[in-house]
Amino acid sequence: MTRKRRRMMILALALLGLGTATALTLSAFRDNIVFFYSPSDLAAKPPGGRTVRIGGLVETGSLKRDAGGLTVTFQVTDTAKSLPVTYTGILPDLFREGQGVVAEGKLGPDGVFAATELLAKHDEKYMPPDVADALKRAGHPGKPGDVPASGAPVAAGEEHQTSTLRTNP
Amino acid sequence: MHRFANPARFLKIANAVLPWAAGLSAVCFVAGLYLGLVASPPDYQQGDTVRIMYIHVPAAWMSMFTYSTMAVAAAAALVWKHPLAEVYAKAAAPLGAGFTALCLLTGSLWGAPMWGTWWVWDARLTSVLVLFFLYLGYMALVDAFDDPARGNKAGNILLLVGAVNVPIIKFSVEWWNTLHQPASVFRLGGPTIAASMLWPLLLMAVAFQSYFFAVVILRIRAGLAARRVQTLRLGQAG
Repeated sequence: MTRKRRRMMILALALLGLGTATALTLSAFRDNIVFFYSPSDLAAKPPGGRTVRIGGLVETGSLKRDAGGLTVTFQVTDTAKSLPVTYTGILPDLFREGQGVVAEGKLGPDGVFAATELLAKHDEKYMPPDVADALKRAGHPGKPGDVPASGAPVAAGEEHQTSTLRTNP
Repeated sequence: MHRFANPARFLKIANAVLPWAAGLSAVCFVAGLYLGLVASPPDYQQGDTVRIMYIHVPAAWMSMFTYSTMAVAAAAALVWKHPLAEVYAKAAAPLGAGFTALCLLTGSLWGAPMWGTWWVWDARLTSVLVLFFLYLGYMALVDAFDDPARGNKAGNILLLVGAVNVPIIKFSVEWWNTLHQPASVFRLGGPTIAASMLWPLLLMAVAFQSYFFAVVILRIRAGLAARRVQTLRLGQAG
């Protein structure tokens, strides 16, 4: 009985030590573990010429597409601060105004973030289009406000881009 | 609790549970796959791509459930020397590795169209990949010794050390900025997923869970038989 107790004590102490060590390590490396910085983080700690990732919401009404080109500009916001971003290339399906986005690139001297890679971030909300529509009609302040008026499920990013642009000229 | 660590008593209960678990799993898989892939609505943002979730999320839950139970078994094996605990951990390991692989694969297939990338090194994805390697490492380690008792002991220690990864996986999306979205079902304030999508998801979760129980019972039976063969052989040789 005493040997079992002793083994249990050793095990509990070892796990406690390991857990503490892990917690300390992870909190020490916090800046390296985060996948992206928010516009506020960037304002507090300017990255200089380094390539970094920034993330936040695409500000509603800020998305502009270059005439005939693949270049888009928009504002990324964390609601406290926002940052202008430009990107040339194909946009992911979920990229739209009011939704999360992660952009990798460099902050230019003019304060514009030139993104070389763009990833869409999905939130934790899952619902059918008719529910999203109903929420929108009820004037719900949440995300469903960004659903296109048609309410049809949109599979292709391109299609959605145009509808977003149309609703927010 | 220790009563059920007796292999003979365990087998009696397990054999009674086995057909029920297998039957429940079959029924729930058929119903869950039909509801999830055909009858449930598309998502307002993701369209039909949301259906990958009905495989991805149960697989992810099971990958963490399996590892957690293996870690508890490892602790029981180290403290109380229950032989059944070691047999369980060995039986569950390939299943857990399979769930983790399925989770990573389906996640990648979803990420390509939705995020715009197959893979990123964010905290959630990386910690799940570490979980996959822990399963593979455990399976390699337990069989790497001539003396099975030493292999089991080394494996049990690895399982306990790796257990720190489980809370990291779960809370990675809250502690750090990640590309992966936060939890939708097990969160404070209730699920953020519509009921018409939650029910197929829960059915699939029951299907995965009962599949796990059915197969792990079969594998424990085989593991106990293998141990008995080994003991008999040693007796003959001695």
